This record gives sequence, C-alpha cells and structure tokens, in this order.
Amino acid sequence: MEPRILKDTIALPYQWALGPVNTRFFQEFKERRIFGTRCPKCGRVLVPARAFCARCFVPLDEWVQVRDEGTIKTWTYVAYSYVGQPMQPPYVSALIQLDGADTAIPHLVAGFDLSNLEEVRARIRVGTRVRAVWREDTEGTILDIRYFEPV
Amino acid sequence: MARKVAVVGTGQTRHGKRQDVSYPEMIREAVVAALEDAGLGWEHIDAVVCGSMPPPMEGTNAPHLWWADAMGAGGKPLLRVATCGTTGISIAHAAYYHVASGLFDVVLAVGAEKQYEGESQGTMTTVGEPFFQRQFVAGAPGVFAYQCNEYAHRYHLDEERVRAAAAEIAVRNHVDALDNPFAHLRQRITVEDVLRSRVLAYPIRLLDCCPASDGACAVIFAAGEVAPRITRTPAWVAGVGYAGEEHWVGDSDKVWWQSARQAALQAYRMAGITDPLEQLDVAELYNPFSFQELIFYELFGFCGPGEGCRLVEEGVVRRGGKLPCDPSGGVLCTNPIGATGLIRVAEAAMQVTGKAGAHQVEGARTALAHAIGGTQQINGVMILTSLD
Repeated sequence: MEPRILKDTIALPYQWALGPVNTRFFQEFKERRIFGTRCPKCGRVLVPARAFCARCFVPLDEWVQVRDEGTIKTWTYVAYSYVGQPMQPPYVSALIQLDGADTAIPHLVAGFDLSNLEEVRARIRVGTRVRAVWREDTEGTILDIRYFEPV
Repeated sequence: MARKVAVVGTGQTRHGKRQDVSYPEMIREAVVAALEDAGLGWEHIDAVVCGSMPPPMEGTNAPHLWWADAMGAGGKPLLRVATCGTTGISIAHAAYYHVASGLFDVVLAVGAEKQYEGESQGTMTTVGEPFFQRQFVAGAPGVFAYQCNEYAHRYHLDEERVRAAAAEIAVRNHVDALDNPFAHLRQRITVEDVLRSRVLAYPIRLLDCCPASDGACAVIFAAGEVAPRITRTPAWVAGVGYAGEEHWVGDSDKVWWQSARQAALQAYRMAGITDPLEQLDVAELYNPFSFQELIFYELFGFCGPGEGCRLVEEGVVRRGGKLPCDPSGGVLCTNPIGATGLIRVAEAAMQVTGKAGAHQVEGARTALAHAIGGTQQINGVMILTSLD
C-alpha cells in the first residue's frame, strides 16, 4: 500500500514591537541617516543602534551617525531559491562595515550584471568599497536601502 | 563534583526520505534500537530529553508532546531542548547533566527531524533577527558561505586551493557513507563532480552541501555505578564543552570562532587532552558544508590557524590517517538536523566501543563529537572514551 501524504499550509500573522531604539533608528533611516550607539565601556560603535552592549552588558545611549558607505567584510553569491527570499536569485548578499561602525550589517550588493558568477567575482571581493542606493519613497524599514553598489 | 556518566546504548533509523512512516513511528524506531543495544526496557528509563529544529519546520508546535508515547515518556520527566543545528548535541549535554547531577540514573536522549515534511531554509531564515537581518542571510548556505569566503581571505589562502580541499572532504565523506548502513546519500563522486556541481551560495556548491534528511537518533546515558551492569562496553563521557555567543550576524568573528574554540578547550580540559591530534583517535565534526570542516580542524587544535587544507592534502583526516574525521560519512551525507548532533555522539560512542561495523576506525578508544547551531551562535563538544 502506497503511504499517504497529508498536505496543508499554516499561515500565522505576527506583529513585532520594535521598541524605542529601533523605532528611533528607523525614523532616522527614513531620512537616509544611519545611526549606531557607542558603548561607554568597550568603545565600539554598534550598528544598527542597540539598547545595550552584548559584550559589556551595559545600556547604550550615545547615538553616533555613520556613513552610508563602507567595506565588504564578506559576501556570497546566492543562486538557490527558498520561501521568503528578498529577491529572485542570483543576487549578492554581503556583510558591510559602514564607515564609522565597528560591526557589519548584512545587505544586498547590486547595481551591475549579476547573471554570471565569474564576472561578479571579478567585481566583488572582501575589501570592496560600496555605497548605499536609497529608495525614493522611504518607509522606515531596512529595505529603504535598495542595495549597496560598488563605489 | 559531577558523577561519572557513560553512553550505554545508541540507536538510529535509516536516514533519508522517510515518508513510509509517521513522525512518532520514526521516533520509536530509533528508541527501540537504542533500548535493544543497551539491553534495557523502556521501564528502565528514568527521564527523557528530546528535541528537533524550530517547530515551523515540523509543522506541529511543541512536537515532543506528539512524540511522547513513541519515547515511552509517560510518567517520566520529559524535556524539549532546541538550539537549531546544535539541538542534537544540546540534547546529549542535557541528558548528561541529568545523570551527572545525581538526580537520574538512566536517561534517554532523542533527536529527530523530518526535513521532507517542512520548508527548511524558509524556517531557518526566520531564526534570523526580524528587523535588520533575516531578509539577507539567505538560509544556512548563506551564512556559512559568508564564513567560508572570510576564512580564505583571512589567511590569504588561494581560493582554488581551499575549493580543492573542500571538494576532497566532500568526496571522502561520500565514500565513507557507503560503509554506513544508516547514511542518507549513497553515491560515489569525484573532485571534478564537486567542482562542476551548481553553485548554491558561492563558494558552496551542491555537492559541498548536506542533504535534507528525515531520521531519528536515540542515545541512552547511564550513571557510572550502573553503566557496567548494563553493558560490558560503556563509552565514558570524558569531557563536555558548550558555548554560545552574541546573536547579531556581523558583530563577531566567525573564522577564529570563539564559541567553537571555547567548547573544544573546555571539553579538552575536562578530558585531560593537551594534544588532540595525538590523543583523539576519531572525530565526528559537524560539517553541513564541506568548507567548514577546514575551520574546525584549526579551532579544535588539529593544526594551526590557516593550515586546514594541509591536513586534507596530507591525508591526516581520512580513514587510515592519524585522525580520521567523519568516518560515518558525516553531516554532509546525512542531515536530519534535530538528530544530527546526537548522531555525532552516537557515532563517537560506536567507534570507541568497536560497534561501528564497516566504518569502524581500527582500535579507536577516544572520540570527539561536535555540533554547531543558531545563526552561527552555539558550539557543543563531547569527548567519549572506552578508557575507564
């Protein structure tokens, strides 16, 4: 007897509270300004801004603006599909350390032909400088930066 | 002072696509096998610890409640432990703590997954922080591809050399899996096949990547006083190490990976291991992606930083070499994730007790089992030995 399979989909709505620090971060982000918070103990500027330092376990309240330009710390060329993907593969996902920050943020790198891996490898490597390309109609989400493009 | 603890029985299902059985039926297969291996009845089990990946992947919330009957858990303390990829080794650690504490004599650890039943990468992506990160991390292949590219750059390694060494690891794992009756992938491949397979997340190609498997594993831990009465071949837990780290992807170093280093050093200290390459006979590393294994050789002190490729090139880590790694075929050939870390423990126990069959490493007495999890956030290590 062929084993039977039952199929179903579970779709559940969520609403996540951003909290005061993320709310303020995205308010600035909507105006195309990127902020981190500096830890008084270790001195690191954490981007995006955080309410506390994970290493020193102290609250953070010194807001520091960083640039929307930075350096690729590492990257990958995503060429497979999964549910909930931000865009159609292939695309480049990278960890980018913005000028003035001590941490890196994950985001997309685009703005050139991504169809061929070898051509992408010729343009993108650890250390490549990139700059944010902002949306015209910002909404206060991380996707207000459409992607970063090589400088 | 913690009590002595030993593994006295292990059981695994045949791993792969298991649509022939329901989730609880699959669980029971592993539990029965472990009880038979130990020569125990389910009434001899004092407590049960189990786990799997995040429930959205299982399609049922609090899945341990569904599994309870299949684990013989009625009337016993039952805990679910879930730490993503590390789940299996976290279960082993939790079961070990139960026994080492003196509160329980015989504890059953169960890990399982049915990856064919859910949407793995979609679920794993939702493990990521929701406001800034999950949009970009691209599932497990994405974050680990980040790690691999950063690794090659950090030590100024020729990318082609790293790719060749990683491909060699993939080939070795696939060959070894042919000798493991529980393994999922069973195909002979060549280095050229790996290098020519399609890119998932550069530098990770299809044959550098583990399969999505269904499967379960059960391991029975017993106190030092009772273990020798249960089996003539206890696998003693000589050392445990476990470390977590910060959540944010992009904040911490994943090449000289603090939690992996810390977990290994902690386990080595407890087990009295000062020269792992000399004192370990076999290692079951958590390598869902071939490249990562190079990093673990370095973090676990099998070689120096940036020297991982050399161990592959010189044959140190293959069967017949000084420290065979993943003789089971590894995670790369079998990955029912919630069970995978526990399978590393089971395989390590099987190796040191001479029960590994066709993939037995001759004369193995001390073995390392390892798993990673979270968004590169947790590492766990367990050292098993036949030496009392």
